[in-house]
Amino acid sequence: MRGEGVRQTASGEKRADGGGGWAQAGASHPDPSHAPPDRLSPSLRWLPVWQRNFQVWKKLAGPSILGNLADPLLYMLGLGYGLGRFLGEVQGVPYLTFLAAGTLAYSVMNSATFETLYSAFSRMHVQKTWEAILNTPLTLTDVLLGEWLWATSKSLLSGLAILLVIWALGLYADFAMTLWLLPVIVLTGLTFAGLGLMLNAVAPNYDFFLYYFTLFITPMVLLSGVFYPTDALPGWLAAAAQGLPLTHAIALARPLVLGHWPEAPLLNVLVLLAFALTGFLIGLALTRRRLLR
Amino acid sequence: MPPLELKGLSKRYGGVAVVDDLSLTIAPGRCHGLLGPNGAGKTTTLRLALGLIEADAGEIRLLGHPLPHAAATARRRVGVVPQTDSLDPDFTVRENLLAYARYFGLRRREAESRIPALLEFAGLAGKADAKVPTLSGGMKRRLTLARALINDPELIVLDEPTTGLDPQARHLVWQGLRRLIHQGKTLLLTTHFMDEAERLCDRISIIDRGRIIAEDSPRALVTRHIEPHVVEVYGEGLAQWEGCASSLCRRCEHAGETLFCYTDDPKAVTDALDGQEGLRYLHRPANLEDVFLKLTGRDLRE
Repeated sequence: MRGEGVRQTASGEKRADGGGGWAQAGASHPDPSHAPPDRLSPSLRWLPVWQRNFQVWKKLAGPSILGNLADPLLYMLGLGYGLGRFLGEVQGVPYLTFLAAGTLAYSVMNSATFETLYSAFSRMHVQKTWEAILNTPLTLTDVLLGEWLWATSKSLLSGLAILLVIWALGLYADFAMTLWLLPVIVLTGLTFAGLGLMLNAVAPNYDFFLYYFTLFITPMVLLSGVFYPTDALPGWLAAAAQGLPLTHAIALARPLVLGHWPEAPLLNVLVLLAFALTGFLIGLALTRRRLLR
Repeated sequence: MPPLELKGLSKRYGGVAVVDDLSLTIAPGRCHGLLGPNGAGKTTTLRLALGLIEADAGEIRLLGHPLPHAAATARRRVGVVPQTDSLDPDFTVRENLLAYARYFGLRRREAESRIPALLEFAGLAGKADAKVPTLSGGMKRRLTLARALINDPELIVLDEPTTGLDPQARHLVWQGLRRLIHQGKTLLLTTHFMDEAERLCDRISIIDRGRIIAEDSPRALVTRHIEPHVVEVYGEGLAQWEGCASSLCRRCEHAGETLFCYTDDPKAVTDALDGQEGLRYLHRPANLEDVFLKLTGRDLRE
């Protein structure tokens, strides 16, 4: 297929004397006058970006898994058993069981947030990985889609680990119902990964992310029902908590752990979807302005 | 078909034209250099040409594809060596190439079959399993070049390919680039090293303030734009002698503590200088740097 004739263009004399080790070694390449077949269908163009992150993660999986999982588990078991002794039952179940769904949502949120803030920032800003990828046929949408789904995958892993503990300790009422936690985990991951990408797009340095944690994540964790039911809050604060995405993730997860259907699942799902998509799309627009202008 | 055609290209940032009505056609199988001072618009021109940013005005055809809308398709046959290191530090040399091949949609087996020759080419044979942080600056740059070749590109775009390298490492990169030119690849590179441009490029566009102010082969640029001889004069008493110099040569330029005398008749200048106590001089043929400084001026760009 790949004859010199195919390669021949205007400057014949330069091409005719070819030679060089690499030219011969490259002789098995496909016909260079045609672009390589585009194996990536438009819907899967994000996959190589996801694969790249997965491959790096595999190398560092040990410490990564430990860091992602040990922390929420320690909180859940420490507070659940320790504080649980004094609290007795909360909403009719032992405190540890009550805490399980909150920990699950918290853990998924944390994992997606850290991945899209610190890790994505180092790929975008420090290592210039995104710039390298943008020089290939992939576009910024492919890169951010890959990052979004990658962070969601990582948060799925964090959520699964908590779910395994919930199953192992029997902290649930109806096993079949806990399977519905899987889509809740994915949706929660998409939400916080989307929001994280938005923050990442405007971050000048790593320190900037502390504002996000101090001003948004920490208050949200305290108000959204991770540690206690939101109806324990004064009325106005409980109403404000309804505006926070984590509240809606917990409103879905907790009933499923406790064995009944969420009260307003459609509302919860729509709120989370809205945060997820808004975060991702604004993040995409802001990153485009940052890198491609 | 020219690998790259730019017509009337303009790009403004905050009211400042960084690229200003720039037109450029790159001939296939040649090495074309964009030579210019810092901030002249070289990198912006490359980013426009790759379809990474959109022009405010003008037309771009990359490998026959109209940009920006066919940019992703066009980039399948382009290799890019960016100015800053963007290798994956967590990966080995081989893994860097494999990950990059995936961005082009290459199958793993196909990518793996290309890697030995690419490593050989880049002088990295035996380094396939080395981690990137253990490589020297020159090795990293050569790996970046190998990475840019993983898709067997027709056009290779290099943004200051040897900036920051020591002389030995620069020569190795040049050797690699000459082999690519020899194979019939088209190269477009930016540089502010005159020797690099003179050695590698068949054709040079001198670019300043977003415009091409001269374009030709390196030799033709020198013969067309500048007197053949330069006498550099420095030392004590230069100020007094300066008046005398202007009558002896066609053009004089004062830069720092040196007077550059451009002339067709260097003997007249050196004869006059031989009688001067305290003044020292260097006579040499004019080169690309003289053209560059004549056209872009001697003032510092920051």
